[in-house]
Amino acid sequence: MRRVLAHPLLWLALFAMWLLLARSLAPGQMLLAAIVASIGSWAASAVEAPQPRLRRPGLVVKLVGRVLADIVVSNIAVLKLALGRREPRSKFVAIPLELRDPNGLAVLASIITATPGSAWINYNARTDTVLVHVLDTEDGDAWGQALKRTYESLLLEIFR
Amino acid sequence: MSSFDAVPVWAALLVGACLVIGAAITLAGTIGLARFGTFYQRIHAPTLGSSFGTGFVLLASMLFFSVTETRPVLHELLILVFVIVTTPVTLMLLARAALYRDRAEGNDVFPEPAAPPDGAGPEQNEPPR
Repeated sequence: MRRVLAHPLLWLALFAMWLLLARSLAPGQMLLAAIVASIGSWAASAVEAPQPRLRRPGLVVKLVGRVLADIVVSNIAVLKLALGRREPRSKFVAIPLELRDPNGLAVLASIITATPGSAWINYNARTDTVLVHVLDTEDGDAWGQALKRTYESLLLEIFR
Repeated sequence: MSSFDAVPVWAALLVGACLVIGAAITLAGTIGLARFGTFYQRIHAPTLGSSFGTGFVLLASMLFFSVTETRPVLHELLILVFVIVTTPVTLMLLARAALYRDRAEGNDVFPEPAAPPDGAGPEQNEPPR
């Protein structure tokens, strides 16, 4: 039982996902959802997935807002580059990170890659440095500093 | 589908606009994929399709099905979440493979930062999980 409930967040997410897919709140579907969620979290604990520990879940809303705003801005920027004449000034940027939590790093990687115009290339666990490819920037170091300010500081507060 | 008859004009216009915008952005992404010069520049272009392109098409779908009321609209949010969570995995895999190959071939894309000399291969880099 302990292993089944070892990942309460995952359990809830799977439970909600099943009900969304089944489009129903009938007791039978709830039961099925609970079974699926339990098997899923049992599987996660079997492979010893790192347990996310959220210190300040309220900040997640702020994070999502920032990501959405950023995606809007960078979509327009990449759209212009894709159709315009200007050569993109692309660069590799190496950014030393203070964030160590594996889940936090995974979230940061998803954010950077989901935002057009920047891609997470490689994380070096020995030097705690991430290599990011930026499609168009004048100053790579300033770009990295901005990333640390907007996202890493927030993620450091969210993940313990 | 018979539910097309039940769609009022304003909703049809909105749904159509969202679909066209989403498709156009995805098309722009593929044009960028063809036009950009290097592999690392090219991996940025398709993210247009996987962010805004998908977003607008899903918005159209949510509008259509909530107006015709054939089902709740939350379905699409799941699609969005799965697309956002899964595309970076493929992207990173491709980018890392390209970087590893470039370094192995000695191409000067981005020199390995000063690290201990043992094992310059990818095994030192632990992927985030």
